Amino acid sequence: MTPITPAHYLVLSAALFSIGLIGVLVRRNLIVIFMSIELMLNAVNINLVAFSQQWQHVVGQVFALFVVAVAAAEAAIGLGIILAFYRNKETVNVDEITLMRW
Amino acid sequence: MIETLVVPLVKIAVLLVGILTAVAYLVLLERKVQAWVQVRLGPMRVGPHGLLQPVADVIKLIIKEDITPARADRWVYTLAPIIVLVPALVVFAVIPFGPETNVFGIRMPLHVADINVGLLYIVSIASLGIYGTILGGWASNSKYPLLASLRASAQLVSYEVAVTMTLVSMILMAGSLSMVEIVESQQARGLWFVFAQPLAFFIYFVGGLAETNRAPFDLPEAEQELTGGFHTEYSGIRFALFFLAEYANMIVIAAVATTLFFGGWLRPFPSVAALGLLDIVPGWIWFLLKTFVLLYVFLWVRATLPRYRYDQLMRLGWKVLIPLAIANVIVTAIAVVVL
Amino acid sequence: MTIAFYTLAAFILALGVLVVSTKNTVHAVLFLVANFLCVAMLYVLLQAEFLAVIQVLVYAGGIVVLYLFVVMLVNLKRGPETHVDPRRRDRMGLLIGGAVLAEFVAILLYGFAPRATGAAPAAAAPGVGNVEQVGWSLYVDYLVPFEVASILLLVAMIGAIVLAKKEP
Repeated sequence: MTPITPAHYLVLSAALFSIGLIGVLVRRNLIVIFMSIELMLNAVNINLVAFSQQWQHVVGQVFALFVVAVAAAEAAIGLGIILAFYRNKETVNVDEITLMRW
Repeated sequence: MIETLVVPLVKIAVLLVGILTAVAYLVLLERKVQAWVQVRLGPMRVGPHGLLQPVADVIKLIIKEDITPARADRWVYTLAPIIVLVPALVVFAVIPFGPETNVFGIRMPLHVADINVGLLYIVSIASLGIYGTILGGWASNSKYPLLASLRASAQLVSYEVAVTMTLVSMILMAGSLSMVEIVESQQARGLWFVFAQPLAFFIYFVGGLAETNRAPFDLPEAEQELTGGFHTEYSGIRFALFFLAEYANMIVIAAVATTLFFGGWLRPFPSVAALGLLDIVPGWIWFLLKTFVLLYVFLWVRATLPRYRYDQLMRLGWKVLIPLAIANVIVTAIAVVVL
Repeated sequence: MTIAFYTLAAFILALGVLVVSTKNTVHAVLFLVANFLCVAMLYVLLQAEFLAVIQVLVYAGGIVVLYLFVVMLVNLKRGPETHVDPRRRDRMGLLIGGAVLAEFVAILLYGFAPRATGAAPAAAAPGVGNVEQVGWSLYVDYLVPFEVASILLLVAMIGAIVLAKKEP
């Protein structure tokens, strides 16, 4: 077996990112869409950490930490919006969220 | 080969058997202590002074019928007790029970692993147990368990903040996240950290009581209101797993408190040379002794204090403990920089 | 090391697929937790212990609990995905996802194939622990971004409270 190079991690992260992207595009449940976004953020983090290990420099991990912080903020606000919306419209289906659509 | 594979496996096996036995006898001890406080005798029938009661209990729980409610989510219902128990057992891996000791001719440290993020590892793994609580209540598809699990998780999340804050001040004192190095730094200073950080210990202990859902914070299991808590629908071996996890978590809280605040395996007053003869007692016995005393306090508190009301619980957590813990971190940080 | 990587990678991808394909939202949340735990193990493999622990603490122990709460609060009387907008093109989504993946892989193959020998990762530098390194970088080199991140979290916290509060 070949040794594991950063390329392996990049392929893994690309695949995970694509799964998340498909989730965002195909699913209609708003909560699942948010979870798919978390998957994509994780794929990005795998990339950063793999590069950090390749160059033996810790800055990639620091960036990944910032991504985690931003993800936490995003989750809090996003779920707050979902709750507020559910309270008004009793749905979390993105196909029914058409009030602002022309 | 022996060093890298056999020794850790044997350690893990000994640890697991030890914890499960300790949990079984902790339950007996709890019944006994409560009985003594209330001037009763407690279990007396099985074995001398009821000493074989845990064995009888285990047999009863295993052979009892295991019921899954008809409208329950079968998979999650089965998974929930496991999710609660596994983190409670896994955190024991980084707890140092003693210094390097000769065991059957092999020199080894008395812990499974010493990782350089030890304390954070404990906090993070312990925070996973909440899933079992929430999902157990949800999967039962019954209203009382659901309410109890929401209460339990709200309580856990609130008090976790305060407890983690006290751990930050301990990390500042020790200058390390490794459990072994935290004990060694207490040795180097000749001081149990509880004397330097009494407030932190108080907050940690109160938070620990709340996180393990013990009295006076046992609202998630308030029998009068909730008919038993998030595991109302569980029976047989799955109920036993929840029970096991609760007591294992108590032992975790006590063991971590021993390591952080009471010098781990160190003897009392490690700086006083005149007490040197206490060193005859091996370190792991000191460790177990201190853990036992803390566990006894858990039981004592339960037998003494009445239950808090829900709003009182939340007010204590958010308006008293968290501000105190943050102030403690700030003062500790200033002290560490200045001194 | 190789086996560990392939096992973890298989788990991560399988769990990711399960997250986006499961109908029951609570099950999806469970798969998401398992996925994050596997990613944390991958970080351990990459010698980023601190980040691995933070991943478990913040993601698995914090953010996903939030998701679980919301899933339980949003107690839907009818299936969340019953109504379909006639203008929706699900196949297009799959197609775009596949195209993006193909593009990524093509770029990676192009970028790595000619000089696969490139700088091999040096052996792990012993001595300074991972936590110390991250701490120095975070508090010395990236102090201002760090503070900005804390303000971002504060804003998010207040915003979430305002959003979730019931109208008086």
